Amino acid sequence: MNIYVLLKQTFDTEEKIVIEDGRVSDDGVKFVINPYDEYAVEEALQQRDQHGGKVTVVSVGPDRAAEALRQALAMGADEAVLLTDGRIGADEGAAAAALEKYLSGQSVDLVLGGNFSVDSGGGQVAVRLASRLGLPHVSSITSLRIDGSTATARRDAEGDTETLEVTLPALFTAQQGLNEPRYPSLPNIMKAKKKPFQTLSLDDLGLSAAEALTERVSLSLPPERGAGQLIPGSPAEQAARLVELLRTEAKAI
Amino acid sequence: MSQPVLVIAEVRGGKLRQVSLEALQAARIARGEGADVQAVIVGSGITALAAELAGYVGGKVHAVDHPELASYNAPAYVQAVKGLLEELRPARIYLGHTAEGRDLAPQLAALLGAGQISDVISIGEGELYKRPVYAGKAFEEKRFLSGSGVVTVRPNNIPPAEPAAAPGEVVDRDYAPPADLRSIVRDVLRKAGGKVDLAEAKIVISGGRGVKSADGFKPLEELADVLGAAVGASRGACDAGYCDYALQIGQTGKVVTPEVYIACGISGAIQHLAGMSQSRVIIAINKDPEAPIFKVADYGIVGDLFDVVPLLTEEFRKVLA
Ligand SMILES: Cc1cc2nc3c(=O)[nH]c(=O)nc-3n(C[C@H](O)[C@H](O)[C@H](O)COP(=O)(O)OP(=O)(O)OC[C@H]3O[C@@H](n4cnc5c(N)ncnc54)[C@H](O)[C@@H]3O)c2cc1C
Ligand SMILES: Cc1cc2nc3c(=O)[nH]c(=O)nc-3n(C[C@H](O)[C@H](O)[C@H](O)COP(=O)(O)OP(=O)(O)OC[C@H]3O[C@@H](n4cnc5c(N)ncnc54)[C@H](O)[C@@H]3O)c2cc1C
Repeated sequence: MNIYVLLKQTFDTEEKIVIEDGRVSDDGVKFVINPYDEYAVEEALQQRDQHGGKVTVVSVGPDRAAEALRQALAMGADEAVLLTDGRIGADEGAAAAALEKYLSGQSVDLVLGGNFSVDSGGGQVAVRLASRLGLPHVSSITSLRIDGSTATARRDAEGDTETLEVTLPALFTAQQGLNEPRYPSLPNIMKAKKKPFQTLSLDDLGLSAAEALTERVSLSLPPERGAGQLIPGSPAEQAARLVELLRTEAKAI
Repeated sequence: MSQPVLVIAEVRGGKLRQVSLEALQAARIARGEGADVQAVIVGSGITALAAELAGYVGGKVHAVDHPELASYNAPAYVQAVKGLLEELRPARIYLGHTAEGRDLAPQLAALLGAGQISDVISIGEGELYKRPVYAGKAFEEKRFLSGSGVVTVRPNNIPPAEPAAAPGEVVDRDYAPPADLRSIVRDVLRKAGGKVDLAEAKIVISGGRGVKSADGFKPLEELADVLGAAVGASRGACDAGYCDYALQIGQTGKVVTPEVYIACGISGAIQHLAGMSQSRVIIAINKDPEAPIFKVADYGIVGDLFDVVPLLTEEFRKVLA
């Protein structure tokens, strides 16, 4: 089975956000595999180990995204591809266009991605890609079983659970609960260094442009929440005071 | 007449979702009062809902009513609206940022070659769409560079549309199931949700690992009853088996923006904050004064939730009686 994982390197959202010149400063910031894409990598490895085949991790991003791909190789993926080019626009449409061009030249049985990315989080790239490639998809899955060319997936839809049956090739996006991603082992980290790693530009893809269809015009921090107040007293006093504040000061109830 | 704008309404539990009226309002704010705003509603047995929707829209309401459309299925719903999109070539499409909207929107954007701006919370001058990024630690404003664009709106942020001066006309549309359905919904397990839809609730009372057991949710439920509130939970409480995952609030779960959010026994991890930090008034009840939840709380009570919550219920009962 030829399995492809769509992987975005994201800003670790535990980090403090500092805005400089209209951009989020990445000074000293830790970058990680988007957590939902980590579930996708883990699922790909498990499916490969069960059914045989090869796992290729693919990312569209700047040079630093190579680190995230190497991390996925260390988890056990077989090959990595970085699509990087200053001419790829900065939105979901552009990322999907580049991925489409790359994947349409491959023989694909299964594509796994994340539900959304935890930094800019449009939740679009993977589903757009499925539409563009004409693949059926199921988004936000919490389980996946493959039997021959049929996949059965459970999808989380606002707490409801839908069970879907899809014919492969197909694309799925991972929701939390799908699996527990493994940590790379030391021998695998060493092995990862020797695994095939391709870096491709738009020219390599045979694409003249991958234009963004939207653009960011401003970036700001949330308004400071006025320092909250701690309500003192016994539990009964605290409860009475809170109800009073909600009615008089906050005018909320 | 200018190119029309299309709102895709959503049906859940036999009702028109409130967020669909918010999407309609988003269309009006973004495109101005003069815009030709139309809507489409997809489902099974939706005649009355289409008429209800027309009371708000004023413009045409396209109804695609078919037994096979009773619940959301990606290829079927795309098929249901595809012909309409090709005829109308809408300049914008607005829908809710819900499980359905999140899945449908990128497919329609891909179909139209359109840009998409997701999870919008407000719309500013010059058709700028504001949305939270970095788990709510920052906001960006985006605009479209493409002729057509798709927008999903976060529930409970944009006010719902008022009824139209005169109701619009309902136009029934045929549905031909796709010849080759490569994705089939085998089963839908609906979680018996609370009485109040979490995403649309005005007040949310949430419990975390601090409630300690399924029974520990009882005091929260009693308070919710008195306030007409919905009950939610942290991932910690769901993982511990105290409640169903359907209640989970946060990055993985539901995003809520109520008037009042009361967090009981929740530490305030960033993934939880991503789902509730936009609430207007945040209250934290936690016995650890160092818990990060106090950093986002407007009012904090350091104490045992099992003491404080029942007392709160009593107080509210008194003043609301
Ligand atoms: C030169 C260059 C620089 C870039 N710099 C940045 C940057 O500074 N910040 C930034 O956020 N993005 C950057 N990108 C990536 C790109 O702009 C984003 O991936 C795109 O905007 C979509 O992001 P999203 O967060 O909305 O993804 P979503 O639509 O939320 O992602 C959903 C899922 O789609 C898949 N996916 C998303 N993006 C990618 C991707 N890039 N590669 C592979 N799979 C993906 C993942 O499986 C993900 O879970 C850069 C790209 C290039 C080529
Ligand atoms: C990819 C990813 C996605 C995630 N998505 C989500 C998500 O959507 N939603 C979410 O919530 N989490 C999510 N998490 C998990 C998140 O990181 C936290 O682990 C989780 O929110 C913790 O839940 P908690 O606050 O209930 O538990 P804890 O962190 O264990 O906190 C319990 C709190 O209860 C207090 N307490 C205990 N007893 C009492 C008492 N008697 N009275 C008052 N206070 C008491 C304690 O002081 C403590 O602060 C995600 C994590 C990851 C990695």
